[in-house]
Amino acid sequence: MGEKALSCVEPTAGPIAPSALESEAEEKTTEVQMATASVGKEAPDFELSAFVGGGFKNVKLSDHRGKWVVLCFYPGDFTFV
Amino acid sequence: MSAVAVKYDELKGMDAQVLSISTDSRFSHKIWQEGELSELVEGGVPFPMLSDQGGRVGTIYGVYDEAAGVNIRGRFIIDPDGIIQAMEVLTPSVGRNVSELMRQLAAFQHVRATGEATPSGWQPGKPTLKPGPDLVGRVWEVWKTDMAF
Repeated sequence: MGEKALSCVEPTAGPIAPSALESEAEEKTTEVQMATASVGKEAPDFELSAFVGGGFKNVKLSDHRGKWVVLCFYPGDFTFV
Repeated sequence: MSAVAVKYDELKGMDAQVLSISTDSRFSHKIWQEGELSELVEGGVPFPMLSDQGGRVGTIYGVYDEAAGVNIRGRFIIDPDGIIQAMEVLTPSVGRNVSELMRQLAAFQHVRATGEATPSGWQPGKPTLKPGPDLVGRVWEVWKTDMAF
């Protein structure tokens, strides 16, 4: 047992479809319709791997409920602005 | 990224958690942090740096550029209920304004706390509007355009 070794790849849930969409009618469809982001609507949930405070862990958006979240997308590490 | 990091304590004081996201791997984030960001900001960026390899999350947020294979600059303010209150998307060569981010965050928090509305250019301490039947057609009496600047 002990601490999990760091692996080269870390599978994550990525975008998480709202569970409400999994109705009986859609049960056989593997492709669940993902909500897209728009103001005034719930932020689409996701889980991604992350570099946090010197280590690595997975971060899920919905774990931050109850706080304000500022989500900043940027084109890449080592870009200029 | 480093500009947000410099203001991180203030953002934390406003009960906000910053999450940055790019299509780079978490290993790349670590090396950028240690090799460059920590030179720009003491201690480096203090918030989680997320890895969206493949751009799956960027795609549903409308910021993934398929031709370039990266997420362009997009900033979203999400309230404590998980509702997106603001989004701002810029093409890559123009950076964002952290002061404007903090102004908007303060305005959304004020609106959430009071139910009032904040007019153009509002800053904390400036007058707000109380929407209601009595205000219809009378905004000019309580608000002037020079208050926006």
